Amino acid sequence: MNKQYPLTNICTQVRRDILRMVHAVQSGHPGGSLGCTDFMVSLYFEILQADPKKFTIEGKNEDLFFLSNGHISPLWYSVLARKGYFDISELATFRKLNSRLQGHPTTAEHLPGIRVASGSLGQGLSVACGAALSKKLNQDKNLIYVLMGDGEIQEGQVWEAALFAAHNKIDNLIATIDLNGQQVDGTTHQVLSLGDIEAKWKSFGWEVMHMHGNNVTDTVNTLKSARKRTEKGKPIVILMRTEMGYGVDFMTGTHKWHGVPPNDSQLEIALAQLPVTLGDY
Amino acid sequence: MKYTFTEKKDTRSGFGAGLFELGKKNPNVVALTADLSGSLKMNEFAKAFPDRFFQMGIAEANMMGVAAGLAIGGKIPFTGTFANFSTGRVYDQIRQSIAYSQTNVKICASHAGLTLGEDGATHQMLEDLGMMKMLPNMTVISPCDYNETKAATLAIAEHKGPVYLRFGRPSWPVFTQADEPFIIGKAKRMTEGNDVTIIATGHLVWKSIEAAEILEERGISAEVINIHTIKPLDEEAILASVKKTGCVVTAEEHLRNGGLGDSVAQFLAQTYPAPIYFIAVNDTFGESGKPLELLTKYGLDTPNIVAAAESVIRRK
Repeated sequence: MNKQYPLTNICTQVRRDILRMVHAVQSGHPGGSLGCTDFMVSLYFEILQADPKKFTIEGKNEDLFFLSNGHISPLWYSVLARKGYFDISELATFRKLNSRLQGHPTTAEHLPGIRVASGSLGQGLSVACGAALSKKLNQDKNLIYVLMGDGEIQEGQVWEAALFAAHNKIDNLIATIDLNGQQVDGTTHQVLSLGDIEAKWKSFGWEVMHMHGNNVTDTVNTLKSARKRTEKGKPIVILMRTEMGYGVDFMTGTHKWHGVPPNDSQLEIALAQLPVTLGDY
Repeated sequence: MKYTFTEKKDTRSGFGAGLFELGKKNPNVVALTADLSGSLKMNEFAKAFPDRFFQMGIAEANMMGVAAGLAIGGKIPFTGTFANFSTGRVYDQIRQSIAYSQTNVKICASHAGLTLGEDGATHQMLEDLGMMKMLPNMTVISPCDYNETKAATLAIAEHKGPVYLRFGRPSWPVFTQADEPFIIGKAKRMTEGNDVTIIATGHLVWKSIEAAEILEERGISAEVINIHTIKPLDEEAILASVKKTGCVVTAEEHLRNGGLGDSVAQFLAQTYPAPIYFIAVNDTFGESGKPLELLTKYGLDTPNIVAAAESVIRRK
């Protein structure tokens, strides 16, 4: 485990960061950010082989992570800052003019940790496949990770990439899908049912795993187990059950907080449920 | 200078030859195609360098994303499909994962323009230059013959950043030299003249040279400028010529909206307003037919350029 702090403490602090960031500019996407916090903290603090101080776009001999559902940028920014990619004070600039922390992640502002823009959904898995092929061409044994939303896989490009990865045996790739069952206009079931997701990915030729995305023990263990299943001829997808808004009681179990920030009193109530651990930015 | 040609070759074969040469000299060059390796003349590369060749299937959106990912890993990806599938179909993928992200992807597009011929309007891409030049960070190149396309293919591998390279299907006169240097963003003056500047790109450079010869017989001295790089535009070369001639014809196998003519007009309007005549397709889709028949019907042939020059000179 992490040497300095238990992962749960980091998760709590990251959730505080997310809420304070979106509250400060009264915009952004807290729901999916809170839901994926345990996963991303586990990934960056326990799994990913990467040195935040030596960030390069190419990431030679390092693991690479791509965030395809770019709207949960507050989570990514907080985790990157807490991991040491840039100073935590910069979180205060989120979505403000002249900031490197754009509403959706971009390389245009040269923020360490980010390798491609995302926000327009459905593109990350393709980019991850390309990066994985580059690793193979370079005889680089490190891995590629990518996170997608469940609503996002309604995009056709995801399935083009799914076919491609299996056909080409891209087995240095671990994709995770955040199954919170919510999207902007309602539940995924109401908007456009995804059907039997496990059967779909299996039939495309992927190794399918499951994970409780709001339990750090399970996220760490599952990610470690996924890593052991790489290089066996199949790309890996982890179907991750999460609750949108997890960590704040009134934000949980609804799609209402997908892209809505809390007001002053809502922030106060939410932060009261998440005591300071590492110190606010 | 008189231009002659002894052979005709398709510009896409210039791309294929350039790509194969790149494969030999640069191990970082990789190529991707969406089920059109034969049409794009990528087979020689695919055969010689199978580990660096990716058959993507009919899945262009994924191809652009995979290319972006390969570029992140330090590779120089060349994507190959038809111009309509290289641009309109994947505009958002190019916009986000390539142009905005500044990934070092070379989008290579064949069968552009009307001269695709019999396949008709669905495949006759006439909007691609406009779409691609609108994207910040994108370099847009449209060479005029086999040799120039080959040279451009080699040159863009050395250029760091996203590039759109446009070429075509038909057999076309080869009138530039194989050893001519290709400098991105640097226009080539094909003929010297004082009465009118003809600014052309792609296949219509040859048509403009033909037009200049006819004009010369009529006592009109035309300066033909080959703009192989639509963006960044060689404003210096255009300005120098127009200051001398005082009027302009632009010629391209593209819609008038968004094409080379637009770029030239926009530049001149702000710096040196001059009478201008646009040889381009005017707000319509194409149709099936033979390449040269189509150029004639849509007003892009040599006589149209001659008439345009005579007309624009009268407006000086």
